[in-house]
Amino acid sequence: MAATSETLRDQFPEAFENWFASKGWSIHPHQQEMLARANEPSLMLIAPTGGGKTLAGFLPTLVDLAEQPHEGMHTLYVSPLKALAADIKRNLRTPVDEMGLNIRIEDRTGDTSYTQRRRQRADPPHILLTTPESLALMTSYEDAARTFQGLKRVVVDEIHALADSKRGDQLMLALARLQQICPDLRRVGLSATVDKPEEIAGLLAKQPDPCTILRADPGPDPDIQMLTTNEPPPWSGGGAAYAIPAVLEQIKQHNTTLIFHNTRAQAEIFFHNLWLANEEGLPIGIHHGSLDRDQRLKVEAAMVRGDLRAIVCTGSLDLGIDWGDVDLVIQIGAPKNVKRLVQRIGRANHRYNAPSKALLVPANRFEVVECTAALQAVLDQDLDGETRGPGPLDVLCQHILLRAASGPFLADDLFSEMTSVGAYTDLDRETFDACLDFCATGGYALRAYDQWQRLKQAPDGSWHLRDPRAASKIRMNAGTIQDADLLKVRMKRSRGGKPLGEVEEAFAASLLPGDTFLIGGQIVKYEGLREMTVEVSKDARKKPKVAVFSGTKFSTSTQLSQRILRLFQQHDWPELPSHTAEWLSLQRHVSRLPEPGRLLIESFPHNSRQHICVYGFAGRNAQQTLGLLLTKRMEDLGLAPLGFVSTDYATLIWGLDEVTDPSALLNRDAIHAGLEGWLAGNALIKRTFRGVATIAGLIERNTPGQRKSGRQATFSSDILYDTLLKYDPDHLLMRITREEAMRGLVDFSRIEEMLDRVEDRIDLVRLDRVTPLAAPLLLEVGKVYVGESAEERLLEEEEAALMKAAGLA
Amino acid sequence: MKTVDFSLAGVQLTALGSGALWWQDKRLLCVSDLHLGKSERISRRGGAALPPYDTRDTLIRLEQDLRFTNAETVVCLGDSFDDLDVLDAMPESESNWINRLQAGRRWVWIEGNHDPGAVELPGSHLSELLQPPLTFRHIAKAGDSGEISGHYHPKVRVQTRLRGISRPAFLFDADRVIMPAYGTYTGGLRSTEAVLEDLMRPEAKAIVTGQTPRIVPLPRTLRR
Repeated sequence: MAATSETLRDQFPEAFENWFASKGWSIHPHQQEMLARANEPSLMLIAPTGGGKTLAGFLPTLVDLAEQPHEGMHTLYVSPLKALAADIKRNLRTPVDEMGLNIRIEDRTGDTSYTQRRRQRADPPHILLTTPESLALMTSYEDAARTFQGLKRVVVDEIHALADSKRGDQLMLALARLQQICPDLRRVGLSATVDKPEEIAGLLAKQPDPCTILRADPGPDPDIQMLTTNEPPPWSGGGAAYAIPAVLEQIKQHNTTLIFHNTRAQAEIFFHNLWLANEEGLPIGIHHGSLDRDQRLKVEAAMVRGDLRAIVCTGSLDLGIDWGDVDLVIQIGAPKNVKRLVQRIGRANHRYNAPSKALLVPANRFEVVECTAALQAVLDQDLDGETRGPGPLDVLCQHILLRAASGPFLADDLFSEMTSVGAYTDLDRETFDACLDFCATGGYALRAYDQWQRLKQAPDGSWHLRDPRAASKIRMNAGTIQDADLLKVRMKRSRGGKPLGEVEEAFAASLLPGDTFLIGGQIVKYEGLREMTVEVSKDARKKPKVAVFSGTKFSTSTQLSQRILRLFQQHDWPELPSHTAEWLSLQRHVSRLPEPGRLLIESFPHNSRQHICVYGFAGRNAQQTLGLLLTKRMEDLGLAPLGFVSTDYATLIWGLDEVTDPSALLNRDAIHAGLEGWLAGNALIKRTFRGVATIAGLIERNTPGQRKSGRQATFSSDILYDTLLKYDPDHLLMRITREEAMRGLVDFSRIEEMLDRVEDRIDLVRLDRVTPLAAPLLLEVGKVYVGESAEERLLEEEEAALMKAAGLA
Repeated sequence: MKTVDFSLAGVQLTALGSGALWWQDKRLLCVSDLHLGKSERISRRGGAALPPYDTRDTLIRLEQDLRFTNAETVVCLGDSFDDLDVLDAMPESESNWINRLQAGRRWVWIEGNHDPGAVELPGSHLSELLQPPLTFRHIAKAGDSGEISGHYHPKVRVQTRLRGISRPAFLFDADRVIMPAYGTYTGGLRSTEAVLEDLMRPEAKAIVTGQTPRIVPLPRTLRR
C-alpha cells in the first residue's frame, strides 16, 4: 500500500488535499484505489450509499481536469434516474466551486430544453450527466462523433439497477459506439451490493477487456427484524392493515421513516388507512410513479427539508437520492427478492458506518414464513440472482436503427462493435443479419414492397436510411422503457382541473361512472373520460369502491422459495411467532408440508366442488401459467375444471371431478403441447409482443397528440400479432416474443425448473376437507374462471340483461 | 354464420359478425373502410414495415362473406384503399383476387377521405349511392335519414360481470347505421366520443361484432 500512497501523492493535487482537509475528511481507501487505477480500461466499485461512492467515481476526472485543460467533453456520467443526474450535478458543483476549478458540468435528460440540447451537441460541457435513453439519442445524430470527440471517461452510476434490464443493454450498446469514436475511453461502474459482481463487471467492460472489481468497506450489517404485532396477520391479502397501529408507533419513535410497498395500489391503500388512524396528524406523504410529477417533487422537497415524518412509497424511491435523515425503513409485504430488500435498506440509509435499521411487515400468515426466510438469507448474505439470458434482440434492432439515423455504416463493423458488448458476445452472425434484415425490409417471409425498404445498401456495401426524414421518427421511438398505456387523471374542469397522476388504460376502462378509487391518498369519483383524460371529482366517502390498479407483481425468487421449503423441514419453528408455527404444525398433522425436490398435491372436496392444490413454489407468474396449463389439461382429460387461483407458492384448482392421477396431469409432453397451443392466443404474450414490437421499431409509441385526435387511425398491436401468427409465425419478432414471454410474464422456465427438480416424485394426498395451508388460497383474490368460449357466454348474459334493463327484450 | 337482423327506414337489414351488412331484398352486401394496402402506404411514407398480410387477410374475409351471401351487388363504403397510390404497388396476386371477387357482380366504390377519386378497377365510382329508401355514403350527414355510412370505425365497450369487452360495432337508430371498419389494420373510435354521441339518437343501439353478433343499447357517457 505504501507504493500506492506515494503514487497517490503525485496524483492528488494540493487543491484536493486542502479541500478534503478543510472538510475534516480523509480520503477513503476505495477513493484512493479508484485514483490509482484511473487508467485501467474498466473498473467497478461496490460501495454502500453514503460512502463517497459518487465522488470516488469522479475524482480521477476532477484531478485530470484540474491538472490540464481539456477541449470538449471529458467525462460522461449515466444514471438510471433523471432526478439522480440533477442531484449529482448539485453535489458535484460544491467541491468544484470550492476548489476553484474551471469545470463545466451540465445534465441532459428528457426534461432538458431543445435549445440547450442542441447547444450541448455543438459545444459539450466537460462533464455531462445523462440517462441511457438520452445517451442513445445523442449517439443517433450525425454529429455524434464531434460531440463525443476527446471523451476520456464514462461513469455508470447504480449500474446494478441497469444491469438486468433492457435499459442497461441499450446503454452498453451505446458505450460500444462511443468506444469506436474514442478508442481510449475508460469505463467506471458504481454499484450497490450484488450477488455476482463479476457478471455486472462483464457487462460493463468492453469484451474481452478485463474489469477490476473494487470493494469499499460495506459498513456494519443492517439491523433487520420482523415487526411484531399484538394481532396476528390475516390469512390472505396484501394490505397489512392490521399492522397500522404498530407502524404508527414506529413512525413516532423515529425521525424519518420510509414505508416501502411492492405495488402502487398497496401503497395507496396503506396510506389511506394510515391517515385514518393518524390521530396526531403526523406529517406523512405518499410517493409513487403514478403520481403527478409536481406532486412527487413536492413530497421530495418536503422530505429533503425534513418536514415529513414518513413517506409511503414504492420502488420509485428506490434509488440513491439524498433523502436526509432516514433512520428507519419499513417494508410492507414479503420482499419477494432478497437482493432488492438489501439494496432498498442499504440505500435508504445515508449515514455511513451506522447500521441501517429496517422492519419487515408480513401482510398475511404465509408471508410470516417468507419474511423469516428472507431475514435468514440477509444474515447469510445469500443474495438471489436470476441469471439473465443473452442480450435481447429487440434492443439490438433499435440500436441498428439509431445507428442508421446517425449515418451510413458497414454491417461488418457494426457486428464486431456489438459483439464487444458483454451481453452480446455470443451473438452469431446469422442472428445479427436477421435483425439487420428486419430493420431494412421488415424481414417477412413475403417480400412485398422492396422498393420501400427502410434501410438501403449503397454500392460500397454501406447501409443507410432510404428516406433521411425517417431519422426523426426513429429517434421519437428510442428507449426501452415499456410504458403501459397510461391515462392522465385530473379533477373535473369545473373543479379546477388539477392533475393528480396516471392510471393504466385497462384500469380506467374497468371504471363505471360513479366508481370511487384512491389516487395520491385521496378518494375520487370517476366522472368520465374526456379526450383520453380520466376526469374525477372529490368524494368524501370513507371507503373507495375500487382500490386496485394493476401493476407489476414480482414473483418470489427461486432462492427464497427454496429457503421457505427448507424452513418447512425443521422439526419445530422457534423463530416463528406461535400463531404461524401452530399453523404449520397443524398442516403437518392433517396432511404434510411441501418438501424440496418433491411436489405436493392435495386433493379435497369443498363447497360441493373438488379441489386440488399444487404446491409448486415456482413464483406467482409461473404458478399462474401452471394454473392455465393444468386446467386446459384437465379439460382434455374430461375433469371439468371451473377455475383456479395462484399465489407465489401454490395453485388451487376447482372443478367437478376429483383428480386421482396427478402424473397424467403433469405429463411433461402434454404440458408442452398445451403451452404451444395456449400461449399463441394468450393476452400475456400479446402484451409481451407489444413491448418487443415497440422497442424493435415496428410500432410507434403513442404520442399524446395522436391519442387526442381519436384512436381510429391507430390500431392495436394485437392485430399485428394475430396477423403474424396467421401468416408468418416464425418471424423474428415472434421468436423474440416467445422467448421473452417464457422467461417473463409466462415464466415457463420456472415450471420446467420445477418439473426437473421433482421428476416423478409427486405426492398426491387425498383428504376429506380443506387443509390449513390450502385454506388461505380460497380467500385469495384474482380467481380465474376457465371453460370454453367464456367470453361469448359472458357477452350473451350481458346482452340479455342489458336489453331487459332497457325494456327491449 | 351467425347474424342479427334489424331494420332501417322499413328495410330489413342483416349484420354479419365480420362487420359486413347484408340487404337481403336487394341481394346487396355492404362493407366499409377496407383500407386495402395500408401496410404498403406506411412503408412508402417512411414508417415501419408492417407485416404485409393485411390486404390478403381482408380479402379472405370478404370472400367468405360473398360466398355466404352470394351477393349480386357489393358496396364498398369508402376508404376501400388506404390511398389512391396503393393499387400501383399492389402485388398482382392481390389485384387479380379483387377482380375475381368482382366477376359477375355489380360493384360500387364509394369515395372516402382516403380514396377521394376513381381507382383503376372495374365498378362504378360514386360519391354516394341512392338506393331508395336508403342512401350509402362514407361520412354521415347530421340530419339525414335512411343513411348508411362508415368512416368513424366505431367500437363499443360492453361491461360484463367479469370484465369489459371492446369490439368493433354497428351503431344504429331510426335514422342511420354507422358501419364498423372491415379492414384488418384498422383501429376503432369509442361510441362514447362526442362526434358519435352527437350523431346518434339517445335510444340508439349497437351491434357488437364477433362470432355471434349481438345487439346492446349504445354505451354512452353520462354527460347529457
